[in-house]
Amino acid sequence: MAENEKQSLKDKVFESQVWRSIFRHGYADTHRNRVLQVAGNVFLHLHPTKTRRHALRIRFTWCAGGVTFLLFLVTVVTGVILMFYYRPTGEHAYIDIKMLEFDVPFGMVIRNMHRWAAHAMVIAVWVHMFRVFMTGSYKPPREFNWVIGVILLVLTLLLSFTGYLLPWDQLAIWAVTVGTNMARATPLLGHEGPFYELVGVNARYDARSFLIAGQVVGPPALLRFYVLHCIFIPIAASVLMIVHFWRVRKDGGISGPM
Amino acid sequence: MPIIKPVNPDGTDPSQATWSRRDFFALTGWAGFLGGISAGLLAFGRFMFPRVLFEPATAFKAGFPVEYSSGEVSERWIKAQRTWIIRDGKGFCAIEAKCTHLGCTPRWFKDANKFKCPCHGSGFKGFAEGMDSVTVGINFEGPAPRPLERIKVALAEDGQLLIDKGPRFRFEKDEWGKPGSFLKVG
Ligand code: HEM
Ligand code: FES
Repeated sequence: MAENEKQSLKDKVFESQVWRSIFRHGYADTHRNRVLQVAGNVFLHLHPTKTRRHALRIRFTWCAGGVTFLLFLVTVVTGVILMFYYRPTGEHAYIDIKMLEFDVPFGMVIRNMHRWAAHAMVIAVWVHMFRVFMTGSYKPPREFNWVIGVILLVLTLLLSFTGYLLPWDQLAIWAVTVGTNMARATPLLGHEGPFYELVGVNARYDARSFLIAGQVVGPPALLRFYVLHCIFIPIAASVLMIVHFWRVRKDGGISGPM
Repeated sequence: MPIIKPVNPDGTDPSQATWSRRDFFALTGWAGFLGGISAGLLAFGRFMFPRVLFEPATAFKAGFPVEYSSGEVSERWIKAQRTWIIRDGKGFCAIEAKCTHLGCTPRWFKDANKFKCPCHGSGFKGFAEGMDSVTVGINFEGPAPRPLERIKVALAEDGQLLIDKGPRFRFEKDEWGKPGSFLKVG
């Protein structure tokens, strides 16, 4: 192809109305433009416009928060894919998981990605918290982000717990029986907890039956956990993650070495 | 330019009033908003407790007393009803197979003469030929804080045993002697 033909093809593409409607102007790789690109992009604008050198030191952050977020994204993507087959009912749940494992092409990969990413996320979030503690990054002005972090930690554990019931096998049912039985001892709201008389809760109406929709871990509990696992907790966690990252930026970026 | 001050029809200064119109609307707005949200939350709280639960009935007929021999832990109803029926020289008692730690189903080990929970290892005293059933189900190892709960045993009109998991009898509340916790059969 002759040089000028190449050039005219390039012009046809890059000067076309379609291209121009998406990218308003050409891009000169200057300092100013890099900053503007980050600040002006809907997906990137949570980033600081400028990153200090120390913030990239892997030995300081271990990127544990970043890893946690990446693993969260993996669970979201693979989880949504699993939802194409999984039905949260007493008759179907167990057999649908079996089907995903043995009859759906790549089903086993997707299921295991979801499972391992979920386990790894729980580990990563603890590592991240440990790192934030050890580097003293919870100190002012970052106290509030620590608080948001604690809620994110709880939500991560709840995601793990609610997901654990969904395979609907013996391990799942008894683990959740044990786990939700602890809710009986909730102060005020559990029917075996301290001060339960003050509220007047009983086995039929208390924190545990709120969670499992009755007194035994049965199909209604499965449905309830499914909704919590796939809708409620992921949305709550996403909202808080947005605030978390925003606050990292607003609190002056990643804290520096002491 | 002269500053024009707003004046009420009666000549008073509106900014001196304790309540401006703006305050009033802001407050009603917030009250309406918060009231609506709270009503919604309360309704949701109630919504999560259905009036009807589709759970297995608590009472069942367990056959005639003659079908049980004295001195053994009967596992006949363990799969279907999660219940052990125990007959000693004086009569019957029934134990729900539900660990008092966190609710798993313990297993009966005849040879070791104890009930053992697979979840965290709680152990409860067993029962054998010639024993009195008063000590069956008392916790002696593992995390379970109290003995297994006994449930109601009675005779139905047709002479069968009638077991009811609704009324429960707890050792630590001194309820194992209460009517219903034990069925005397001559
Ligand atoms: C879903 C869980 C979480 C995610 C996805 C997450 C993500 C992140 C990310 C990406 C950062 C940037 C720095 C880094 O990568 O280390 C960060 C910083 C931070 N996180 Fe988290 N985090 C989570 C949970 C927590 C928890 C459990 C805590 C503590 C209780 C916490 C407290 C903080 C604090 C204080 C900072 C600022 C650290 C600094 O400026 O050096 N986060 N988080
Ligand atoms: S539930 Fe039986 S020992 Fe924990």
